[in-house]
Amino acid sequence: MQASSSSTAGVVVAREPSFLQRQGEVIGFVIMVVALIVAPFFTYPLFLMQAMCFALFACAFNLLIGYVGLLSFGHALYFGWASYLAAHAAKVWGFNPEFAILTGTLTAAVCGFLAGSLAIRRQGIYFAMITLALAQMMYFVALRMKFTGGEDGIQAVPRGKLFGFIDLSNDTTMYIFVMVVFLAGFLLIYRIIHSPFGEVLKAIRENEPRAISLGYKTDRYKLIAFVLSATLAGVAGSTKAITLQIASLTDVNWPMSGEVVLMTLVGGLGTIFGPVVGAFVILAMQFKLSSVGEWVLVIQGVIFVSCVLLFRRGIVGEIAALFKR
Amino acid sequence: MFTIFGIPSAALFGQLLIGLINGSFYALLSLGLAVIFGMLNIINFAHGAQYMLGAVAAFLMLNFLGINYWAALILAPVIVGAIGIVIERTFLQWLYKLDHLYGLLLTFGLALIIEGVSRNYLGSAGLPYALPDSLRGGQNLGFMFLPNYRAWVIAVSLVICFGTWYAIERTRLGAYLRAATENPTLVRAFGINVPVMITLTYGFGVALAAFAGVMAAPIYNVSPQMGAELIIVVFAVVVIGGMGSILGAILTGFGLGVVEGLTKVFFPEASNTVIFVIMAIVLLVRPAGLFGRGT
Repeated sequence: MQASSSSTAGVVVAREPSFLQRQGEVIGFVIMVVALIVAPFFTYPLFLMQAMCFALFACAFNLLIGYVGLLSFGHALYFGWASYLAAHAAKVWGFNPEFAILTGTLTAAVCGFLAGSLAIRRQGIYFAMITLALAQMMYFVALRMKFTGGEDGIQAVPRGKLFGFIDLSNDTTMYIFVMVVFLAGFLLIYRIIHSPFGEVLKAIRENEPRAISLGYKTDRYKLIAFVLSATLAGVAGSTKAITLQIASLTDVNWPMSGEVVLMTLVGGLGTIFGPVVGAFVILAMQFKLSSVGEWVLVIQGVIFVSCVLLFRRGIVGEIAALFKR
Repeated sequence: MFTIFGIPSAALFGQLLIGLINGSFYALLSLGLAVIFGMLNIINFAHGAQYMLGAVAAFLMLNFLGINYWAALILAPVIVGAIGIVIERTFLQWLYKLDHLYGLLLTFGLALIIEGVSRNYLGSAGLPYALPDSLRGGQNLGFMFLPNYRAWVIAVSLVICFGTWYAIERTRLGAYLRAATENPTLVRAFGINVPVMITLTYGFGVALAAFAGVMAAPIYNVSPQMGAELIIVVFAVVVIGGMGSILGAILTGFGLGVVEGLTKVFFPEASNTVIFVIMAIVLLVRPAGLFGRGT
């Protein structure tokens, strides 16, 4: 078994993992967990919680682009609508945070199923354009509907008590909760990728006609992957709404879809840790550069262009390639 | 003044006119996208930003150099088209061998850069662009008032769209273009310089977007986000029309503009979403789009 990375279909991917690579992933995971435990002592916990939500969002997005080769340009739909519904459930219906998050997640799953059924009828860039257009449609719906609060969004969402007795208004408890959600989502994605189902997804990414000729109903696999990705994006969006206590139009508008693409691209498409690194890097960058105003947009654009032209493997991909030499 | 389905005729025809105007821009932009896609196999996400650049160029020329609308209508597309050629040579040419997605991502990055720079220098508020004197005023058609400028925009878009269609589908140059999209190696063997043709095609597509931008400047305000708002609707138009067809891009563009205008009269709340809803329905019935062939 060879642990080289290939670039079939343009997307840089890791092949069948070798023992060494598995070991590398375990070490990477341990480093990540330790870093997340230590980090609140060095930087703002709220920033880290936000970053973890976006990292999970990016991981969910990467499940689709990195392992099935489908570029969804409309993932803000699932993230944003999940955050609206979670916020509404917690604030207006008075749900406990776990049920609020569940409500948001289910919303994302349903949206993912409907949008996915339409989008997988076309491939490649058409797929990207359709997901983008559907997401924009739902942005306008969010803008028009009463419960979303239009331009104001849903503010002052109560964090509530987890399972009725764990008070999340305490930042430490909240931090632990977000970390658990993030790690659970991360491990679930890891499990999906390394399951037989994940192998079929990779086969579809590499050569769809061949997968069809082997007897796989590829449309069904793609749809399931799409729904899974949307659902996990929903978990991220709902958790974000509860953590930051706000759901707003920004989360459902299309620049958000672009941002999650950027995070994944910077970290490394099709690498398991890439989206996490990318999310932290991009958020830290926005945080540090908040004073330069609109130049952030230009800097993001430059990063986009240079990633596509020069570092298609992203940070994690480049590091992995360095180690393999 | 009379009413149709309980709607005053002036309001109905007014919205129809706005629909036609929007449709002109949808058609021009999706035409440019189709031309670029045909030759380069790249979805030019920067198309909206290049449309905006056209409007901004016209605005800057008028206010800082005193160059009037008519000159800008020629100059702005030439300048922005030249920028397009530089972009193609410096960035896009490296991507043709890769997955289509990288072209989309790269042009998305370019769009962010262009939009960010113009927001820094222009602010996000809209800047007014004065109508050219010769196109002020309008005609009273009896059932509605038709401003001259709007009539001009619709007429010019029709001419440009069908001129482009004619050039691609009915002339020798167009035949080369179409042949080169089918089999570039073979066309090269006939002594035609395909890379130059690709570069010029991108320049032309970008110039079309900029041309639309100049025409839009007096109607909508000139603002950095004018392209970003439009481009996603144009993507939906492209999906509905089917990317394989030039005629599809034009007819769907105009048609959907009108549908959107009419929706504004009868169901104002749905006017932003109607094109996307149509896209969903078309995808269910004809995944390849109304005029498209295959995937």
